[in-house]
Amino acid sequence: MGAKPVERIDHVIVRFAGDSGDGMQLTGDRFTSETALLGNDLATFPDFPAEIRAPAGSLPGVSGFQVHFADHDILTPGDRPSVLVAMNPAALKANLEDVPAGGTLIVNTDAFNERNLQKAGYETNPLEDGSLTSYHLHEVALTAMTIEALKGIEGVTSREAERSKNFFALGLMSWLYHRPVEGTLEFIQTKFGKRPEIAEANTRAFRAGYNYGETSEDFAVSYEVAPAKLAPGRYRQITGNTALSYGLIAASKLSKLPLFLGAYPITPASSILEELARFKNFGVITFQAEDEIAAAGAALGAAFGGALGVTTSAGPGVVLKAETIGLGVALELPLLMLNIQRAGPSTGMPTKPEQADLLMVLFGRNSESPVPVIAASTPSQCFHAAIEAARIALKYRTPVYLLSDAYLANGSEPWLIPDVSTLPDISTEFATKPNEGDEFHPYKRDPETLARPWAVPGTPGLEHRIGGLEKADGTGSISYDPDNHDLMVRLRARKIAGIAADIPLLEVDDPDGEATTLVLGWGSTYGPIGAAVRNVRAEGRKVARAHLHYLNPFPRNLGEVLRRYDKVLIPEMNLGQLALLIRAEFLVDAIGYNEVRGRPFQSSDLADAIAALIEA
Amino acid sequence: MSDSNGNLIQLTAKDFKSDQEVRWCPGCGDYAILNAVQGFMPELGIAKENIVFVSGIGCAARFPYYMQTYGMHSIHGRAPAIATGLATSRRDLSVWVVTGDGDALSIGGNHLIHALRRNVNLKILLFNNRIYGLTKGQYSPTSERGKVTKSTPYGSIDQPFNPLSIAIGAEATFVARAIDTDKKELVEVLRAAAEHKGTAIVEILQNCNIYNDGAFDSVREHKENRLYLRAGEPVTWGDKGVRIGPDGSAEIVSADAEGLLVHDPGHPEPSVAFALSRLTWDTVGAVPMGVFRDVERPVYDEAVAEQIRAAKEKQGDGELEALLHAGDTWTIS
Repeated sequence: MGAKPVERIDHVIVRFAGDSGDGMQLTGDRFTSETALLGNDLATFPDFPAEIRAPAGSLPGVSGFQVHFADHDILTPGDRPSVLVAMNPAALKANLEDVPAGGTLIVNTDAFNERNLQKAGYETNPLEDGSLTSYHLHEVALTAMTIEALKGIEGVTSREAERSKNFFALGLMSWLYHRPVEGTLEFIQTKFGKRPEIAEANTRAFRAGYNYGETSEDFAVSYEVAPAKLAPGRYRQITGNTALSYGLIAASKLSKLPLFLGAYPITPASSILEELARFKNFGVITFQAEDEIAAAGAALGAAFGGALGVTTSAGPGVVLKAETIGLGVALELPLLMLNIQRAGPSTGMPTKPEQADLLMVLFGRNSESPVPVIAASTPSQCFHAAIEAARIALKYRTPVYLLSDAYLANGSEPWLIPDVSTLPDISTEFATKPNEGDEFHPYKRDPETLARPWAVPGTPGLEHRIGGLEKADGTGSISYDPDNHDLMVRLRARKIAGIAADIPLLEVDDPDGEATTLVLGWGSTYGPIGAAVRNVRAEGRKVARAHLHYLNPFPRNLGEVLRRYDKVLIPEMNLGQLALLIRAEFLVDAIGYNEVRGRPFQSSDLADAIAALIEA
Repeated sequence: MSDSNGNLIQLTAKDFKSDQEVRWCPGCGDYAILNAVQGFMPELGIAKENIVFVSGIGCAARFPYYMQTYGMHSIHGRAPAIATGLATSRRDLSVWVVTGDGDALSIGGNHLIHALRRNVNLKILLFNNRIYGLTKGQYSPTSERGKVTKSTPYGSIDQPFNPLSIAIGAEATFVARAIDTDKKELVEVLRAAAEHKGTAIVEILQNCNIYNDGAFDSVREHKENRLYLRAGEPVTWGDKGVRIGPDGSAEIVSADAEGLLVHDPGHPEPSVAFALSRLTWDTVGAVPMGVFRDVERPVYDEAVAEQIRAAKEKQGDGELEALLHAGDTWTIS
C-alpha cells in the first residue's frame, strides 16, 4: 500500500452509477464478492431501469448498484451513499441528491463533455461551476487512462477498450477499500476466457485502476473496514432469487418429489427460471410456457402427476394465473406460486420493488378460494421461505403463495450456509389403496389436517376424476346440492385457517418489555424496519417490533400481541394493505406508514416516524 | 397388457365406463364418440391407471367424467397446457385431451398451437360442432359466416377458423379428421393417433342436435361426399379427383385425369396437407377424412428427459450440500 496512511472505518456505503450499458451491475457484483470474501457484513441494492440500453447519457438510462459493508452486522444497503462513483453527468445528476454533504464523489471526467452535460440537463459543468464544493470530489480521467493502459493489446477495438473502464473503476475502489483482488482476476479469466484479448484488457484496466489509487496524489488515504463478527460457519453471498431457486431445489430433495417449474419470462422473476434451468442434474424440469396461464397450468398438471409444481411471476403475470389458482383450490392439489412483486398497477415500474400485491394474492380470485400466503423477509431468508411454502402446500394439498419483491430478488447479503441435515423432512405420502371399503374417495379428508388424499395417475384401482365443478364431500362426484356446497366452502376455509396451528408463534422483539409502541411489518421491509428500530432505541426510546412471515393464516398469537401495545405502526410499501387486514380482523387502530416510491424505505425516515408516534 | 404379476388381462369397453351418469343431451354426437373411444381403449394395451383424460370447459369437456381412467376437468381452453405439464413430467402416462371448437380455438387457441409446435406426447380430440353448446347457442370460431345465433341475430360477420389448417400451420406432426358417427373410420384415426409419437390432433365433426343440428349433414348423412385419404392411393371421391395445381393449391379434376395427387401423409413439407385442409364442403362439395399429416419430429417430453439424463451422466446426481457450497464461500470461526 506504499506509504499512504490507512484509516480505519466501521462502515461504508458505496454507490456505482453509470449508463445501463456501462457494466455497473457487474462492477457492483464484483466489488460485493471481494467484500464478502474479506468478511464484512454487507447488503446490496441494485437499482436499474427496465430498458436494456436506454439512450446513452440520459437520466432514465442510469443504472446503479449500492453496497453497504461494515465491521458489524447491518440490516440494509444503507439510506444514503457515502461514496458515489459516477461514470457520466447523468449518473451524477440522478444520484447526487442522495449523497450527504461531505460525501465522496469519484467522477469520470472524460464523460463530462458538452453533449453529455446537455443530455443530463446540466447548463454548466458541475465539475467547474463550484456546485460540488461541499463534497470530496475526485476527478479521474477514467476513460482516457483505461484506453492508455490497454494500448498494444491486439484484437481489442477502441470501443472495446473504452468499455473496460468499469474495471478501472473497480480496481480503483478495490485499492481504496483494501479489497482482495484475486477473486476478480480469476473471474475475469473465467468470464472472458473465450476472448483472451478482452480478458487481458479487463485485467489491465483493473490493475491500472488499482495502481492509479496507489500512486495518484489525488487519493491521499485508503480505508480499511475490518471483518464483521458474524456467527461462526461457512458463508456465501446470495440474492433473493438465487435463494428461492436453491430453496425450491432443497424442497424437491426434502419432499423426494421432482421439481417442475412452469414460468414465463417477467421482470423481476425471470432469474429464478434461468437459475433453475441450470440444474437438470437435480432432475429439475423447467418449462418456459407460451404465457403466464400455461405456466401455471403446466405446473398444476405436473402436480396432478405427483411433482412439486411451481410457477413464478410478478404481479402482471400473477393476475393471469388467478383462474389456475382457483382450480388448484378446487382440486386441492399442492402448487407453489412465487410472486416477485414490483411496482404497479399494470406494467408499473418493472424493476422497482413494491408490496402492493398482498390483497390480490389473498382475494384476487372468484368466490371463496382461500390460499395460504407466506412472505420472505431478507434475500437469504427466501431459501427457508421456499421450503416452508412447499411444506404447507404438500401437507395441506393446497396452492400456496410466496411473496418476495424486486428488492429481495436482486439484493444480496452474506448467508450462513445451513447444515443440510438440519433441514426439515417435508415428504408426503401418495394414496395407494382404496379408502372407503373397496372404493377410493378422492375427497375423504384427513381428520386432522383436512387434506384430501393425493392419488397420482399410475396407481391401480384409484382411477378418479377431479375438476373445477363442485364436488360431493368424500366421493368427489359432481354435486349441486346446496348443503354440500355450503359444507365444502366451509371445509376449504377451515383447512386453510387450521394451518395456524402448524406455524410458529409471532416473535416480538421488545428487549425490556416496557415498550408501548409496536412496529409490525412483513416482507422486505424487515431490514429497513430493523435499522430504524435500532436508531430509535439508540436515542433512548423504547419500541417493540414484530415481523410477519405468514400473512394467511396469521400466527395464532397475533391478536394477543397487538393488544399488548397502545400503539401499532405498520410500515408498508403500499397504501395500507396489511393495516386494512389487521384493522378488520382484530379491530386494532393500527397506523400506517406508507411509501410507494419503488425503492426500499430509508430507515432514517422510518425512525423519525416511529419516534414521532412514540412521542405523540 | 398384463397385471403386476405378469398375467395377461384383456380389458373391454365396459372397463372404461365410469359410474357417472352421462349427462349430454339425448341424441348428441358426443355419445357416439364416447362409445367409440371406450371401445378403442382396450386396443391400446395400456392399463387404465396409466391413462389420463384432461379437458377444459364445454360440453365435450365433460368427457373425462365418463371414462374409468384418471381424469381432470379443468379450465376453459387450458387443457393442452395442463396436459403438457403432466405429460412432460410423467412420460409413463398416455395423456389425452378432449376439447371443443370454442375451447381449443377461441379461449385456448394459444395453448393449442404451442402444444402442437412443441410436439408433446398428447392426443388431442377436438370435437367440432361449430357452435357454443354449453352456453346455449352462441356462434363459435368455426361457425360459418352469416350464421344466425343468439349472439349474432343479424348473422355472424367473423371469418371462421379451419381447425386443420391451423394445426398444420402450427407445425403439428399428426393431423386427422373423422366423423362422430363413422365409428370404423374414427377408430382407425384414433389408432393412428395413438401410435404417433408426439402431439396428435384429431378433429371430430360432431353434431349438436340442439343448437346446430345438421351442421355436417353434407358428409354425415351424405356419405358420398366423404373424401377418404388413404396413404399411397390417389386422392379421389366419386368420379372426382384431386390434383395439385401449379400454384400449390388443390384443384378438382376428373377421377381418371392424369397426375392425380397420391396421398403421402409423411411428406416432410406441410404444403400439400395444407392444400388438402382447404378442401371443404363450401369450396368443393366434399370433406377430406382420415390422416392428413403424420411425420416424425423430436418429441418434447423425450427431449426434456434426455437433457436431464445427459446432465446427470455428465455431472452426477445433484447434491444439495455441494450446490449450497458452490462458488465463492468464506469461513468465520
